[in-house]
Amino acid sequence: MTSGVPIGVPAGAMPPAPTRERPRSPVQRPGRVGEESARIDGVPKVRGEFEYSSDLWMDGMLHGATLRSPHPHANIRRMDTSEAEEMAGVHAVLTHEDVPGRKVYGMEIPDQPVLAWERVRYQGEPVAVVAADHPETARRALEKIRVEYEVLDPVTSAEEAMREDAPKLHLSGNVLRRVKVLHGQPAGATAEVVVAGEYEVGMQDQAFLGPESGLAVPDGRGGVDLHISTQWLHIDRDQVAESLGLAPDEVRLTLSGVGGAFGGREDLSMQIHSCMLALETGRPVRMVYNREESFYGHVHRHPCKMRFEHGATRDGKLVYVRAGLVFDGGAYASSSNAVCLNAATFACGPYDVPHAQIESHMLYTNNPPCGAMRGFGAVQACFAHESQMDRLAGALGMDPIDLRLKNAIEPGMRFPFGQEVPHPAPVREILKKVKDVPMPEEQELAGRDPRELPGGVSNVTRGEGVKRGVGYAVGFKNIGFSAGFDDYSTARVTLAVEGGEPLVRVHTAAAEVGQGLVTLQAQIARTELGVERVAVEPADTRVGSAGSTSASRQSYVTGAAVEGACAAIREHLFERVREELGGNGDLSLDGDEVLSEGRVIVSLVDLLGDEEIEETLEYHHKETHPLDENGQGDAHLQFAFAAHRAVVEVDTELGLVRVVEIATAQDVGKIMNPQALEGQIEGGIAQGLGLALMEEIQVKSGKVQNASFTDYLLPTILDMPSVRMEILELADPEAPYGLKGVGEPPTISSTPAIVAALRDATGQPLTRIPVRPEQMVGISSKPPEEPPHPGSAGYAEIGRLDERPEH
Amino acid sequence: MEFIQPLNLAEALEAKDAHPEAVPIRGGTDVMVGLNFARSRPAAVLDLSRVEELEEWGLEDGLLRVGAGVSYTRIIEEIGGRLPGLARASRTVGSPQIRNRGTVGGNLGTASPAGDGLPPLYASDAEVEVVSTRGSRRIPVADFISGPKRNALAPQELISAFYVAEAGGPQQYSKIGTRNAMVIAVCAFALALHPESGRVGTCVGSAGPTPLRAEEAERFMRGVLEEGGLWESRGAIPEAALRRFGELVAGAARPIDDVRGTAEYRRHSVGVLARRALGWAWDEYRGVRGAA
Amino acid sequence: MRLRLVVNGEVREVDDVWEGESLLYVLRERLELPGSKNACEQGECGSCSVYVDGSLVCSCLVLAGQAEGREVVTVEGISDGDDLHPVQRAFVDAGAVQCGFCTPGFVVATHDLLRRNPDPDEADIREALAGNLCRCTGYEKILDAVRLAARGATG
Repeated sequence: MTSGVPIGVPAGAMPPAPTRERPRSPVQRPGRVGEESARIDGVPKVRGEFEYSSDLWMDGMLHGATLRSPHPHANIRRMDTSEAEEMAGVHAVLTHEDVPGRKVYGMEIPDQPVLAWERVRYQGEPVAVVAADHPETARRALEKIRVEYEVLDPVTSAEEAMREDAPKLHLSGNVLRRVKVLHGQPAGATAEVVVAGEYEVGMQDQAFLGPESGLAVPDGRGGVDLHISTQWLHIDRDQVAESLGLAPDEVRLTLSGVGGAFGGREDLSMQIHSCMLALETGRPVRMVYNREESFYGHVHRHPCKMRFEHGATRDGKLVYVRAGLVFDGGAYASSSNAVCLNAATFACGPYDVPHAQIESHMLYTNNPPCGAMRGFGAVQACFAHESQMDRLAGALGMDPIDLRLKNAIEPGMRFPFGQEVPHPAPVREILKKVKDVPMPEEQELAGRDPRELPGGVSNVTRGEGVKRGVGYAVGFKNIGFSAGFDDYSTARVTLAVEGGEPLVRVHTAAAEVGQGLVTLQAQIARTELGVERVAVEPADTRVGSAGSTSASRQSYVTGAAVEGACAAIREHLFERVREELGGNGDLSLDGDEVLSEGRVIVSLVDLLGDEEIEETLEYHHKETHPLDENGQGDAHLQFAFAAHRAVVEVDTELGLVRVVEIATAQDVGKIMNPQALEGQIEGGIAQGLGLALMEEIQVKSGKVQNASFTDYLLPTILDMPSVRMEILELADPEAPYGLKGVGEPPTISSTPAIVAALRDATGQPLTRIPVRPEQMVGISSKPPEEPPHPGSAGYAEIGRLDERPEH
Repeated sequence: MEFIQPLNLAEALEAKDAHPEAVPIRGGTDVMVGLNFARSRPAAVLDLSRVEELEEWGLEDGLLRVGAGVSYTRIIEEIGGRLPGLARASRTVGSPQIRNRGTVGGNLGTASPAGDGLPPLYASDAEVEVVSTRGSRRIPVADFISGPKRNALAPQELISAFYVAEAGGPQQYSKIGTRNAMVIAVCAFALALHPESGRVGTCVGSAGPTPLRAEEAERFMRGVLEEGGLWESRGAIPEAALRRFGELVAGAARPIDDVRGTAEYRRHSVGVLARRALGWAWDEYRGVRGAA
Repeated sequence: MRLRLVVNGEVREVDDVWEGESLLYVLRERLELPGSKNACEQGECGSCSVYVDGSLVCSCLVLAGQAEGREVVTVEGISDGDDLHPVQRAFVDAGAVQCGFCTPGFVVATHDLLRRNPDPDEADIREALAGNLCRCTGYEKILDAVRLAARGATG
């Protein structure tokens, strides 16, 4: 390759003020709420025609790239971009000096530099960005940017960050949040039977398949349009506008196709950078992270170390729980505050605990920043409290299910954080249901297809060493944003006759990330307005905020907003019917017609004529409250419960696993769309299985060791078993249709259920997840203190695809 | 970057002679990762995907000669019966997509100790054929792989084929990974029984700087089989001997700790694999039903 | 360099291809065929699966020049005009699509599986699709889709 020669397509004439056509919203004929309803985006997705943010393309667009710090902790002494700027094909090289507005961003605390200055706090922190005519030109330009670092010792663990002599990573110190929950009189509490344990959760990655990407298009008047995959358009817009020094209405965001999210798109990645480059160059700029960069480009699930002590009476009634949880928040705040609070409130599990003392700490370190991921603090806590319940059952000689049934929390009781347990809270019911699912038949080991044994096609056993294990766990999670946050969603719904038939258009800014919300919105409109045809408009910032697609909240909050806006339209229609047609009595809508007492009185086509009815509704859910200094308060909106049973086969000599089956029972309040619900449950369990068995970003000395799908292992189709599910529909009287959020509970208790099954099979304590084969065969899996020196006879590179040198 | 695409072997050798720095590419499963992530920027790549001579296999002087460009899929489908150990190993390589492209030639070129195609070659004393405009030479595979990601290829040479005897007895390949498909070996073990010579061929993969023959284990088991007259009697191998064999194989490993596993686990598990693999292979030799 | 290849039955020619580009890049960025996806770019996820001369491959691991003169079929070429291929139909009907980023790769890989083995059992399906990662569905509905498509194909 010869350097200096541009490799991109020669830039043609610059297009004047490029714009992208607003995508059309397809008309669907959805089912009603509760009915099977095929996804509207299913057909374009199977044809490869659905446009994801990494597919965006415009004439004359440039490609952006990001220079990242190789060091987890360093002072930046000097930066020289001149050589990069002079390269042919390079259109802009920007650093922190070029950030027009606020130089930091962050959802809860704006502590994260848009581009680093003076100091970098994690490996992979963005330092400069480049726009060029070809991705390869941009990559080469990055290599020409000279940054002189003064490398500092990194703070590599939460424990280290707590030490008094630890370097302060932020002006506020290293403690990002501390939440204490005091309930009853924990200080003096004693019990007949006491079990204590220490537990650890590794750093999991959301590993959505569609990499971070987006296209920023300057509008020629100083503003910018950003097409982006995200979970929350408005919080992105506000942060982008702030850092660009623009008014919010000068920054318009449109949701592009989102290739999964799971919490990892709640924070900004390339949003501000691409807009800066677009405004600087006057050209559309697309940025697409590759997989390695994606591991550095978004936050991860918090690693956590926990110490729990449970006290109980000899007959198995819980007396007290004392727990300390220490989270590694990484270099910046992200949503760590809320994770810390969640973990503290869920630490005792869905059990009646008379006395509790919980302390949850969140620390800044020089590790990768952590934030939202499916389960959000409840995952870590659940692994500990469920491991403890099994340990306690063992100490008492009790059946683990019986112990849980005996202590299950019930409506009318109080959670340790003081909030009354609402109705329904079917902890007992789901435990019984999941226990009653028939056990999978135990197949003969001899003569079995190797693909149905631990190790699969790797041919490691023909039954030797294989033992079956069974484990149970139950967990719960808050739905919606908590602790006093004004959590709301906005829906604009219009009804008009188009093409001779009534058509409802639903417009929200709610992010469809794969879960099926576009279909659900249409189902709600169909149900509420009795109209066959519905079009869900592309999500963008032309309508008010829908809040985040997280906390399992969109069906509830945006669902309620759509329902409410439809109800307002319906009332408007009924009013007109009463005025114009004198109809009275019980009016209803169905089949594009208005009915009175079940008889058609007018068609919507006739009633509407040329008129378009539009209603916009902002739905705010019930107020929640922050915790007081003792961790008491009505902090949460809604609680969702699920229980899991895992059946595993472990090759106990090798520590390899085949999960035979997962059974689950979950209360969903109301099944809105059966197929979508099952998909959420199965997919959520797969992520729980990944955390139990294989998924961990390994960080040593502040550096990520496995930023690739070669070494960050996701479950394949050979790892994930069939799921048997029992769905309960116990309506929440305060929620739309009685529904409960469903996305997160499957991920929370599936992990401890699998680990319990592994313990059952191996007899090993297994206190750290993901469980390594080493632990299952009783070999210390403690990673070496220092990473092996890369040069040492090349050993460290054994088989690493991502580091293979050319030869 | 220069892209050179010879249409036959002669052209390929001339190109390699003229551009010794050119990186050969065929299946792309290693080279493309370097290119996609800008980790390697070769001045030239030499595309061997048009060179049909590399895709041939056949019998030559009583040995199988398998072209370096025969894909894993074809090894499984076309040569699996003759080289069951290599076929088993091939089946553990990546996914159907990878097996359709990847080749043993690529494993030899990359010379990673984790290459699944390599241990079966060691266990059966394969030889690697390399060619240049000056002619060809054959190198025992254990000499060809000279270190971690190093091989004996001269800059002007290309890997053209490997030579290996058709299986004269049962062969096994087992590999440890932390999920049930699509893994790079944490460690692996290949076994080939050679009833005609009374030898037991072994190789430990991904637990040392190169694939490693477990020579002491081979000698030990050869002795056990000989002393007990087991080749002839087809009697069972004593459990204690199987265990000792596993221990000796474990002892031959020279593993390290890395992201995929600890050295201790590698050593432990490769011993277990060796014991089991020998048991299965011996059962197959004895004609125990369902043993293959 | 100039590249000439047949894609979905059509002869396509592109100029100014940088020699280091992958077939995936050429399809997505130069031929307006972004259906093949860029999730890992190292052969670990299968979302870029295409046929090259009838063989299922990861297009991210094919160097652009290697595709010269070859016949490539992408997910965009699986359907017959507006009509979905039975495999595509089955993925929609079985609910095997969520975020959909893995879907094009699964569609092509399933197409290949059923071509080779019209009546696969569960273990066959799992082994054949082990190189296609999905992060949303937990695979159950994908298995359903493959069975559905196989039933449709075998009547």
